[in-house]
Amino acid sequence: MSIRTAQGTGKPPELGLAPNAPEPRLAPKQTVFNAFRRDYQLWVMVLPAIIVIALFNYVPMYGIQLAFRDYDFANGLTGGEWRGLYYFKQFIDSYLFVDIMKNTVTISLATILIGFPAPIILALILNQLRWKRAKKVLQTTVYLPHFISIVVMVGLLNVLLSPNTGIVGYLMASMGFGDINLLADVSTFVPVYVISDIWQHCGWNSIIYLAALSSVDPQLYDSSKIDGASRWQTIKHIDLPALVPTIIILFILTMGNVLGTGFEKIFLMQNTLNLPVSEVIATYVYKIGIISNQISYSSAIGLFNTVINFIFLFATNAISKRVSNTSLW
Amino acid sequence: MDAIRAKRRPTNDILFDAVIVILCLFAFLIVAYPLYFVIIASVSDSTLVATGKVTLFPKGFSMFGYKEILNDSRIWTGYGNTILYTFLGTFVNLLFTLPAAYALSRPEFRARRFIMFAFVITMFFNGGLIPTYLLIKGLGMTNTMWVFIFPFCVNVFNLIITRTFFDNSIPKELYEAASMDGCSHFRFFWSVVLPLSKAVISVVGLYYLVAHWNDFFTALVYVRDNKLQPLQIVLRDILLSNQVFSSGAGSGGASGGYAQRYADQIKYGVIIVSTLPILIVYPFIQKYFEKGVLIGSVKG
Repeated sequence: MSIRTAQGTGKPPELGLAPNAPEPRLAPKQTVFNAFRRDYQLWVMVLPAIIVIALFNYVPMYGIQLAFRDYDFANGLTGGEWRGLYYFKQFIDSYLFVDIMKNTVTISLATILIGFPAPIILALILNQLRWKRAKKVLQTTVYLPHFISIVVMVGLLNVLLSPNTGIVGYLMASMGFGDINLLADVSTFVPVYVISDIWQHCGWNSIIYLAALSSVDPQLYDSSKIDGASRWQTIKHIDLPALVPTIIILFILTMGNVLGTGFEKIFLMQNTLNLPVSEVIATYVYKIGIISNQISYSSAIGLFNTVINFIFLFATNAISKRVSNTSLW
Repeated sequence: MDAIRAKRRPTNDILFDAVIVILCLFAFLIVAYPLYFVIIASVSDSTLVATGKVTLFPKGFSMFGYKEILNDSRIWTGYGNTILYTFLGTFVNLLFTLPAAYALSRPEFRARRFIMFAFVITMFFNGGLIPTYLLIKGLGMTNTMWVFIFPFCVNVFNLIITRTFFDNSIPKELYEAASMDGCSHFRFFWSVVLPLSKAVISVVGLYYLVAHWNDFFTALVYVRDNKLQPLQIVLRDILLSNQVFSSGAGSGGASGGYAQRYADQIKYGVIIVSTLPILIVYPFIQKYFEKGVLIGSVKG
């Protein structure tokens, strides 16, 4: 801001920008043309990114209208007949609607309820570890699974949990739970999904909380010690409050993606036996859109998903604004 | 309880530390052991693995799984493709992201607020799978390697990390001084900003690299040609669709128990072989991670 006001006073430091200009004019006006001439190199640098984002992010947004019209292969995106909310109605009336919505919400809420607090707890514990080397080793280890690909992660689950050949399957059988197939049972899909998700990402997600904890003023700890606070009390009264702003922001962002269950992992974990609980909006859109080519219908479902996400994002943000004065924007 | 705590603080703190250490040990084991188990299982007899006999050390040592993997042409085609997509892709990512981040970090660039806003919107709102699919199909990118390189090659989150780094770590006076001497933005970016930004380039580069390496979705949706399939699709076939043997010595095993016996060993081996490159790169760049997330969180 200060720099911009400096420009406003007519003494822009950028005068030397044009090396070929004979002599800087005394007070160049801040016109659009002047600014552009001064900054054309910046425009050149940002242009490729603008083109890519406009093309791959904004053009598909224009294609959202497909959700409201028929897709006409010959006439392209906008050529089909306008159908209004027909496809939304078709989805809501479809016999799969209740199941898919229920699955999507269940998986998301379970992931949020259990997966969201986990990295906070991990960060608080890690922060208490006084042995710096052990902390380093532990951090390196718990971040690691984040880099495993989803395919490998699901493959890992498959080989470890398989009832016939997997080690966990074997242990379950020896403990008398042999008839539970962790990979295909309707009741174990969500726990396996959520727990493996925590295993993979909890460490990585704790980084941001650790960073917030490391910025706590050390004097607070010293004075709390003098006041006779126990370690547990420092966690409760110093560490946790220090995390609150971060927690709120991340929580709003998470809620904004409440129906955005990870397509890839669910898709890969699906099999015919667990399908009743594992079919979610994202996988359904893929199947009917890409595989069965029902373009308009799947666009409508996709848009339905996005709109609900948006409502959650705004709602959480509004609540947080009111309760804690923290907001995304 | 409080009275006791106040009087016998040292004991209490020791107890507290003990609990912390136990919890940390637990966290360590829960993450590290499965990873370690995959390593020992990949060189152990699969039947012993399946019956819980392999716990701490490999048993029935054999490298059969790795030999099969070495002979499987699909894996190496996938490997080659993935390496190509990853390096070319990451190069294009950085080529598009770094200059844009620099331009958007310059306070005198008046359009930066608007452009940034337009970029950030895409983090929350997108056209969805189907319109994107139709677009990429319309561009003729399906079934070509370019679909791995160009679509979404600017990740807004990474752009924000980079921009914030430039904002905070490149002193404003530096450009002013350089421009007095007739230094252009291009030259300043190339000769001053980039050499000063190795940390953020490493972080963002790694994010892009890992994303390319692990990308499964792009190939699933946009690519049908077997010759173009990246490693992750091959892995899916082997690990999840149980197509353990396509060629090589094992193909005869379909008729007997031979294949099944080693199938799991091959799966464990494939997990190692496919994840190894990332695990090798990881320790070297790990020190930049916290920095990267921290930078991103400031304005993200």
